[in-house]
Amino acid sequence: MSSPQPITRRNVNRRSSLLRSDRAVDLSKRILANYQLYLLILPTIFYFLVFKYGPMYGVQIAFKDFNPIFGIWGSEWVGLKHFARFFTMFQFETLVRNTLWLSVYALIISFPLPIALSLIMNHYPVIRYRRLVQTVIYAPTFISTVVLVGMIFVFLSPRSGIVNHVLVALGGEPVNFMASSGWFPSIYVWSGAWQGTGFATIIYMAALASVDPALHEAAIIDGANKWQRIRYVDLPAIMPTIIILLILAVGNIMNVGFEKALLMQTPLNKPTSQIIQTYVYEIGLQRAQFSFSAAVGFFNSVINFILLIAVNWFARRVSETSLW
Amino acid sequence: MNSLTAMKDAVIGDRAFNVIAFLILTFVLLIVLYPLYFLVIASFSSPDAIYAGEIWLLPKDVTFEGYQRIFADDSIIKGYRNSAIYTFLGTVISVVLTVSAGYVLSRKDLVGRNMIMGFLVITMFLDGGIIPRYLIVRDLGMLNTIWAMILPNAIGVWNVIICRTFFQITIPDELFEAASIDGATNLQFFLRVVIPLSTPIIAVMVLVHAVGNWNAFFDALIFITNEEMYPLQLVLRNILTQSEVTANAAMLSGVTSYADQQRVTELIKYGMIIVASVPLLLLYPFLQRYFVKGMMIGAIKG
Repeated sequence: MSSPQPITRRNVNRRSSLLRSDRAVDLSKRILANYQLYLLILPTIFYFLVFKYGPMYGVQIAFKDFNPIFGIWGSEWVGLKHFARFFTMFQFETLVRNTLWLSVYALIISFPLPIALSLIMNHYPVIRYRRLVQTVIYAPTFISTVVLVGMIFVFLSPRSGIVNHVLVALGGEPVNFMASSGWFPSIYVWSGAWQGTGFATIIYMAALASVDPALHEAAIIDGANKWQRIRYVDLPAIMPTIIILLILAVGNIMNVGFEKALLMQTPLNKPTSQIIQTYVYEIGLQRAQFSFSAAVGFFNSVINFILLIAVNWFARRVSETSLW
Repeated sequence: MNSLTAMKDAVIGDRAFNVIAFLILTFVLLIVLYPLYFLVIASFSSPDAIYAGEIWLLPKDVTFEGYQRIFADDSIIKGYRNSAIYTFLGTVISVVLTVSAGYVLSRKDLVGRNMIMGFLVITMFLDGGIIPRYLIVRDLGMLNTIWAMILPNAIGVWNVIICRTFFQITIPDELFEAASIDGATNLQFFLRVVIPLSTPIIAVMVLVHAVGNWNAFFDALIFITNEEMYPLQLVLRNILTQSEVTANAAMLSGVTSYADQQRVTELIKYGMIIVASVPLLLLYPFLQRYFVKGMMIGAIKG
């Protein structure tokens, strides 16, 4: 082994095949050496198989007539029957319109608010006051959806709610907000902004804190005031963060706060508060039409997934920032 | 000269900014704070004062009637007890699994690391939907058991990513090499070295999951039909989110006329909102600090 061999094609080949088998041995060694790590993550993998991939497997009932006796696998295939029924039913258009409008409205309001608030907070000179404001505005995040909707009901109560007391004091007529389909989208969206804006500023404040101070110093020497520095220094600096969060928000647009919509639903506001997912809940879990409601839910997920891919593609084209 | 006037303009612009920023921040502060404050003072006021709209800044005709009536029925206490059990068990299981998974996935020498990561991340974007999920839980025989409240949402991919990022930053590769030369196995290293170094991330995870479990209501709504097992949020839902008289008979004992029942129900609602939020209120200083920390770590990789 000690004497150097002449390098021939044959020798090179032999050496590389040796390396390859070495590598195979090495690989199994590396796996074995870490067997405890695999044990450690095994329960997690098992959890995902059962509770995340299990339902994905179960989605097939959307293409079947689910029969509890035969189970998910054994039920009979019916193709697109349930989808066809959904697309032709008279509520279809209303459901899609309600879902999209609620999501788009929420996005238009809830997405820019934390950005604007962060930009302003970041340049507010009295640090202690800023901290106080931050401490307070994070609080609503921790309120449960049930309690938030409970608050909405008591504040907007037609007879005893404070909002109607203000309206009456100003000479107006009391409004039965929760029984009005016209008010539902606005109540939904603005209560969401009330709850979520403060916490959403955290991520932007972090991005703003990492802006190079030299940029601001240079801008100050050039005579830029705070408004101009926000416009020309801060905003471009946090643009990648904004784009990533926007992609995520749009990619989730069909899933917005369905639990809250369900809780806020009353028989009288249903014309606008019935969205695809509350409908799935109603027909699937309350009326046990599993296959049909699974098809409706699957339709929702597919639209969502397509939107995510489309937005990501678009963001990559125009801004070089994207999720993948 | 020119730059000097420009600087002067900038000073004026900055002053205007500071004034406007102060007004906006104060407005935001009041918008968030006042409803919360109002809940508290209303819960201590007489139902008649609430009804007449006489409460603005201070409670009126202070009374504990609302709270007494809430506890006259044991549904709230049962709900509290159930929620405490679900929250405790759920949090322990979630944190153990999430932190372990996060650590394993932070190890660069783990063969198949990216594959496992991909296996988890895909589920962030693809989802079977609530009906198949319900059927899985039902087929596992978990309906109306404590497991339905704990397992289906035990692990969130996002939290695993946060843990993984934390470990990648704080635990250098050399540390394990050194420990393994001293004869430590992976498990010993994880339990005796990594865990003691990770109290901040464990605190973040404990609080995130505790709040999530405490506030969860939808799983209970679809998986639990036995009233004895209702968590607090579900008990609340049945009373809070209805516009008519919904408080149960025990809470309304001694109130005869329908109009009075309505008034007392409103008072009870205010009190219930406060009662349900007390645990979070007590934890708020920690919640605030650690949730922000969690968001920051998440943002690094996010």
